[in-house]
Amino acid sequence: MNKSWLIAAAVLCLAGTPAFAADEDTLTIGFTVSQTGALNLDSIAQLHGFEMWRDDVNAAGGIKAGSKHYKVRFVSYDDQSQPGRVQQLYTRLIVEDKAQFLFSPYSSGLVATATVISEQYGKLMMSIGGAEGKTYQLGNKFLFQTYTSADHYLSGAIELVKSKNASAKVALVYSDDPFSKAVAIAAREQAKQAGLQIVLDESYPPAQTDFSAIINKVVSSGADTLLGGGHYPDGATLARQLYDQKVNLKWATLLVAPDSPQFSSLGPAAQGISVPSQWAPQVKYKPDFGPTPVEFAKRFEAKYNIAPGYHAAGGYSGGMLFQHAIEQAGSIEPEKVAAELNKMDVTTLWGATKFSTDPKSHGLQLAHQMVLTQWQMKNGQLVKEVVWPLAAATAPVVYPYR
Amino acid sequence: MFGILASIIDGVLVGSVYGLAAMGLTLIWGVMNVINLSHGAMIVAGMFGLFYLSTLLGAPAYAAIPPVVVAGFAVGVGLYWIAVHRMIGRPPLMSLLATFSVNMVLIGLGTTVWGTVLFNVPVSLPGITWQGYTFTGTHIMAAVVTGAIAGLLYLFLYRTRPGKAIRAVASNREAAELNGIPTRQVLSLAFGLGIALACSSGALIATMFPFTVLSGTAYQLKSFVVTVLGGLGNPAGALFGGVALGLLEGLVTPFMPVSWTSVIEFVVFVIVLIAFPAGLFNFSRRR
Repeated sequence: MNKSWLIAAAVLCLAGTPAFAADEDTLTIGFTVSQTGALNLDSIAQLHGFEMWRDDVNAAGGIKAGSKHYKVRFVSYDDQSQPGRVQQLYTRLIVEDKAQFLFSPYSSGLVATATVISEQYGKLMMSIGGAEGKTYQLGNKFLFQTYTSADHYLSGAIELVKSKNASAKVALVYSDDPFSKAVAIAAREQAKQAGLQIVLDESYPPAQTDFSAIINKVVSSGADTLLGGGHYPDGATLARQLYDQKVNLKWATLLVAPDSPQFSSLGPAAQGISVPSQWAPQVKYKPDFGPTPVEFAKRFEAKYNIAPGYHAAGGYSGGMLFQHAIEQAGSIEPEKVAAELNKMDVTTLWGATKFSTDPKSHGLQLAHQMVLTQWQMKNGQLVKEVVWPLAAATAPVVYPYR
Repeated sequence: MFGILASIIDGVLVGSVYGLAAMGLTLIWGVMNVINLSHGAMIVAGMFGLFYLSTLLGAPAYAAIPPVVVAGFAVGVGLYWIAVHRMIGRPPLMSLLATFSVNMVLIGLGTTVWGTVLFNVPVSLPGITWQGYTFTGTHIMAAVVTGAIAGLLYLFLYRTRPGKAIRAVASNREAAELNGIPTRQVLSLAFGLGIALACSSGALIATMFPFTVLSGTAYQLKSFVVTVLGGLGNPAGALFGGVALGLLEGLVTPFMPVSWTSVIEFVVFVIVLIAFPAGLFNFSRRR
C-alpha cells in the first residue's frame, strides 16, 4: 500500500471519529447560533455570553455535581437565522452529537422550532432569547425561559409615556414576526388600558428595507409616540429614517435593535431612542451566586472589547442557571436537574429567576423584570441610560426625546 | 391627501434607483440573453464600495460614486471573461447557473468577511419639508444622480461608436460580426456596463438606507419586477419601470398594510407578464 493510501485511510479514520464524543468528565451542551442572517448580531452577542460562562466554569475546574467535576464543552452550528435549519440541527445535536443539555437558539421563532425537537427527545433546554409567551403555554416539560415574556416588553414604555403625556397618540409599528407581534398584541391592550390613543397600528415584513411610506403614515396619523420595531436590521433602519425624515415625535421606543452597542453607529439618529431591555450593566441586583452585573460587564468588555447588552448577559446567565441546578442536584441526570430548575427561586446578575411549574405554562419566566434604557448624549458621547422604572433609573428621562 | 402625495413622490424618488439597478440587468439580457443572477451581489458590492470609500477613507459620499462605478465596470468585465463568456450561445440555463454560482460565491465570501452585520453610511444632506412630510436630501439626490447616469448611458449608447456597437450586437450579433464589430469585446463591455449600473444603484441605496451583505436579494427581486414592467432588454423602459414600481408602492401603502405591497407588486408582475410580455414601456417592440 503506498503512502497516499495510508494517508487517505488515516483521514477517513479521523473523519469517522465523532468530533464531540462525550466522555465521562465532560458535559456537552448543544445549541445553534445565528452566525449569519438577520438575527446574527444579537445571536452572536448571546454566544459570547455562553462562551464567557463556559470559560469561567472550566477555569474554575468545571461544574461540581456530587463528587465529580464536569468540564463544559459546546457543540454548535450556524442556523443562518432559519427555522428549517434549527429543526435539522437540534435533531443532529441530540442524535449525533449526543448533547446532554441544550441552550435555545436566539429569538422567539427559532426557540419555538427548537422546542418541538427538544420536547420530542425529552432534552432539557434553557431558553435564552425566546420571549414570546405562547411557546411556554403548550404544556412543554423540558423548556425553561430566562427572559421576561414578550407581553411585558412595552409595559414600561407605556407607563413612562403616560406619566409624561396622558393623552399621547401612539403609532404601533412592528415587524411581522412572532416575537414582535406578541409584543404588539400585549402593547395594544396595555396602551388602551393606560388611556393612550392608538392612531396607527401597522406591521411590516421583517426584511423591510425602506420605511419611508410607513413613516409618512406615522406623520399622517398625527402620532406623537412610536412604539414597535422588531430586530436589529429593521429597527436600526427605522431609527435612521425617523431621523432623516424629521418626524415630529416626542417619544420612540424600538424593540431589540437599540440595545446593541452598535446602535450608536447611527450617530444622531440613535439619540433619544429607547429600548426595553432584559438587562443593563447598571442594574443593581445582588446575586445569590456568580458575578455582580458590574463585574460581569467589566470582564466582558475586557474580553470582547464591547460593552455587553442583554443578549450577552442572558447567555452568561443561562449557563449559570444550568450550572446552579446541576450543582444543587449533585447530578447531571436530567430528571434531577429538572427538579432543581422547577424549584429554583434565585437572583443572579440577570435579576430574579423563577420558572412556572403550572403544567399549562411550565417553564414560563415569572420573576424576571425588565428596564427601559434610552440613548442619551453625555459629553459628546452616546451612552445608554436606564430611565424606567424610576427606582432603577441611572439618569433622568429625556422627554421629548429630541 | 398630502400624505398620499408625499408617499407617491417618495416612491418615485426611490423607484428611480430601482430602475437604475434594473437597467443593468436588462442591458445584459438585451445584449447577450443572459439573466444575471449575480446582480444582487453586485448591488451589495456597490454598497460596500461606497461604505469603505466614504467611511474609512473619508471621501464625501457622492464623490465616492464615480470610483465605485469604474471599479464595478472593471469587475464586470473580469466576471464576464471568467464566468459568462463560455456560456454565450448555450442554453439559457447554463448562464443562469453560472451567474447564480458567482452570486453564491460572492455572498459566501461577503458573509465570511463581514458577517451579516448592518452597515450605515451617514450622509447629511438637507431635505425638503412640506406640510409636515420630509423628502430627504438623500432620496432627492439619489433620483438626480440616477437621472444623470441614465442620461450618460443614453449618450453613450446612441452617440458613441462603442455604444452603437453594443446596440448593433443586441440587435443582430451575426450581422454585427459581419460588419467587423469585435463582438466578444462588445459583450464584455456590455456586461461591465451592466455591473457598473448595479454598483452605482447599490452605492445610491447605501446613501439612503443601512444595508447588510444579504440586502442584494430584495433589490434583485425588485429589479426583476422592474425589468418586466419596462420590457426585457430595454434600458430606458427599465428606468420608467422603476419609477412605475415606486409609484405603485407609493400609491398602495397609504391605503393598505405595508406587508401587502410585495403581494401587489408580484400580482402586477404576473399580469404584465401575461398581458404585456414586451413590457409596459417597450413601445418600439410593441409595434
